[in-house]
Amino acid sequence: MLSSDYDPACLPDLLPLYYRRLFPFAQYYRWLNYGGVQKSYFQNREFSFTLKDDIYVRYQSFSSQSELEKEMQKMNPYKIDIGAVYSHRPNQHNTVKSGSFQALEKELVFDIDMTDYDDVRSCCSAADICSKCWTLMTIAIRILDRSLRQDFGFHHLLWVYSGRRGVHCWVCDEAARKLSAAARSAVAEYLSLIKVRQFHFSFNINIFIKESLTVVKRYFPQYALQDQNILGRKESEEKVLALVPEDILYIFNVHRATTAKKRQYFEKEIMLQYCYPRLDVNVSKGVNHLLKSPFSVHPKTGRISVPIDLKDVEKFDPFAVPTISLICEELDRPMADEDEAKLEDAKGKENEQDSTEKRKIRDYKRTSLAKYVKYFDQFLAGMTDSWKGKLLRQSDLQKEF
Amino acid sequence: MQFPSKKPRAVTDLKAELYSQPLQFYGQPPLENISLSEFESFAVDRLKLLKTVENLGVSYVKLSDDYLRKLDNEIRAQNFPHGAGDAKDQTEKRRKDHISHFILRLAYCQTEDLRRWFIQQEVDLFKYRFRELNSGEKLEFLHKNNLQYNTISAEEKDNLREKLTISSYAASGVKVEEQDFYKVPFQDALDLVRTRKVYLKEGYAYIPHNEIVTIVLNDFRTRLSKALALTARSLPAVHSDERLQPLLNHLSHSYLGQDYSVQKNVGKISLEQIDSLAGKSFPLCMRQLHQALRDQHHLRHGGRMQYGLFLKGIGLSLEQALQFWRMEFIRGKVDADKFDKAYAYSIRHMFGKEGKRTDYTPYSCMKVILSNPPSQGDYHGCPFRHSDPELLKQKLQSYKVSPSGVSQILELVKGMHYQLACQKYFELTHNVEDTAFSLSHPNQYFTESQKVLGGGKDVKRETDTLQRPQENSAARGLTAAREPAVDESQHLAEITKNLETDFQDA
Repeated sequence: MLSSDYDPACLPDLLPLYYRRLFPFAQYYRWLNYGGVQKSYFQNREFSFTLKDDIYVRYQSFSSQSELEKEMQKMNPYKIDIGAVYSHRPNQHNTVKSGSFQALEKELVFDIDMTDYDDVRSCCSAADICSKCWTLMTIAIRILDRSLRQDFGFHHLLWVYSGRRGVHCWVCDEAARKLSAAARSAVAEYLSLIKVRQFHFSFNINIFIKESLTVVKRYFPQYALQDQNILGRKESEEKVLALVPEDILYIFNVHRATTAKKRQYFEKEIMLQYCYPRLDVNVSKGVNHLLKSPFSVHPKTGRISVPIDLKDVEKFDPFAVPTISLICEELDRPMADEDEAKLEDAKGKENEQDSTEKRKIRDYKRTSLAKYVKYFDQFLAGMTDSWKGKLLRQSDLQKEF
Repeated sequence: MQFPSKKPRAVTDLKAELYSQPLQFYGQPPLENISLSEFESFAVDRLKLLKTVENLGVSYVKLSDDYLRKLDNEIRAQNFPHGAGDAKDQTEKRRKDHISHFILRLAYCQTEDLRRWFIQQEVDLFKYRFRELNSGEKLEFLHKNNLQYNTISAEEKDNLREKLTISSYAASGVKVEEQDFYKVPFQDALDLVRTRKVYLKEGYAYIPHNEIVTIVLNDFRTRLSKALALTARSLPAVHSDERLQPLLNHLSHSYLGQDYSVQKNVGKISLEQIDSLAGKSFPLCMRQLHQALRDQHHLRHGGRMQYGLFLKGIGLSLEQALQFWRMEFIRGKVDADKFDKAYAYSIRHMFGKEGKRTDYTPYSCMKVILSNPPSQGDYHGCPFRHSDPELLKQKLQSYKVSPSGVSQILELVKGMHYQLACQKYFELTHNVEDTAFSLSHPNQYFTESQKVLGGGKDVKRETDTLQRPQENSAARGLTAAREPAVDESQHLAEITKNLETDFQDA
């Protein structure tokens, strides 16, 4: 109902409104500035924009939050990508001696795309998704989130809906941002059981697999057997058997009374084949890889790339994610009385601030975007403490008081 | 007052201190003066060692018994530090190890390919040496080199026992109780992380003691890679020293063995023998050239040079050579006059009797493989490198090489190990298990072949007992393989003579 209201042709009218009144620039800047712990971290960050008529511009960089705002409001990008933090300002990279301009740091990122699961989805294919196959995403998020935290010790993970058919994960820990390409590739391979576009399943008994299976088992009966109705339909049953490696199938067929252990492996393997997250390692490997920015609009669906609240991941519904047309519409709606009262209170407290600033703060709060920005605030609050600690240590070292 | 007596002791103490460890990461460059001849001889010896490491790595499973035995032999032969031996003896060898490593860095830092090759062989050599240390020495090495990885306490091990067992046991058959486990940041153990062969918790990898090698190797590789990049940047300064530049270029490009220009066997071969020798003792490239010459009564310039110089190397005199070529060419389209006018000159030139009178040296394998590729109508070059694999296969079959032998050779060719392929050809045609030499020159092939066919058992035994260093002159007389040492020092003398070497520092 909501998505049918979105018409890509309206983007040129909606985007200026979005960037002027809704895009959460303050939080966005707070995030990418990382507390100002490292000098020029924000200034040396590469952004790339896709403008109207598919014009793509790279090596955009900005010296402050207000410059970022002004430029984005001027250009009204259809898509925004975030790249690496470089050794120099990306928009001056042509003036730098060749070889000196290097990508230094970037968040560790993962991209999970539903099309990579096409061979195991019977409800949809290609760019379509539905609530049944969305469970695959939920499983993927759970497995990867657990592993990144427990195995690798990362704390600050931002999961973002890509706007159409997948999710991205941004690992923002300092240690993650400093990882080399080789380290990123190793982490991605550790997490890959099923190599995307390279259908290779290597079964290596390991704690990681054991833990992942625990997650999968929670979802599997409902997902695979009921939602996907795997063993219900003949084609599906054949599909299941087609996925089983030949040697196990051979054993299964030839020795009907197969040993309990082998059947165990067989079942585990089927579960993992169906549900295990499929990563594109190439996205994670490169330090300079550009990935779609949170709060960017998806031009085809109109949906905003919103952060996903992990506490409620099972309830996340991609079809309930607000579109740009919805939130622009919500801007103009008259507000309910109690909301008005709350805002009046806030107004009193914000007397020193710019009036446009005040209006902006009110604006997104009126729309469905509010809860997502609130979640983003919580995510940032979690990181703030580590920045403060770092700044204190730095000033101690420099003996500033 | 007391200073004079203290000083010498301090210096030797310093050296002993520097070289007290059996193995090092080569973090600090050597800070002493050495003579140019030591500079070159150290570098050449290490290069030979590294080339052996490369060849063994291709021919045998790394760290298998054969590999270990042969590598150990080569290390002793080149006078590098090895497991046994008393401290004083080892200090000198470790010093040589240290210095030669840094010299080769200069030679091998310039291009990506050279760097990759050098790093690979040094890593393999390091792997071998680390393995040879006992566990006490291993721990000492780790601590002295700032790999402050800590072992986990017994209680922690107990708590994590099940997880450690599952993650490590399946991968490498390790018993958790028996081994120490180290807690290492995951970024330092990427290979193990990538293949999930390790238990990870909160960013740390829990590694059993025997896996520490992998970590150490990666560390070594990374350090060396960075160091080479730095070295490359300071290379212009090094190149400005004219004494060093030719030496360094020579190291990364050349053949390093006997040059066969000093002919010991002049006149020992008669022309009638050549046909049978071609079948028995010539390497494939020369056999091919000889065959073409007999069939067509002619060879083009490239072929004449390669084959003619080879014949000179095996002992043909100028007169014999002239007679040989003349007889063959006359059977073809060339008459005696034309031969004397056109071709004789170039043969005399080969022997250094014309023009600038350089006595040309027979081509080494590297030269044959890398320069002047043959085109249609040419028969020179290296058949393993330049022939179409199908044609090569047919040729080998026609020379009665067994099918399994042919496929082994083709495998080596596919992997671009042309000299090893030729060595395999040697083994198959001479019916020996294992060549005692590393093939790098067609004339070497001939000499070794003659040894096997003539000397038989004696030769093989001699080369196996290649233990004592060159100081032992008695040994020098015994083994035929010691001869190269004599020629080499002549060779070295030639080179150092050409450079301006006025001083010799202790």
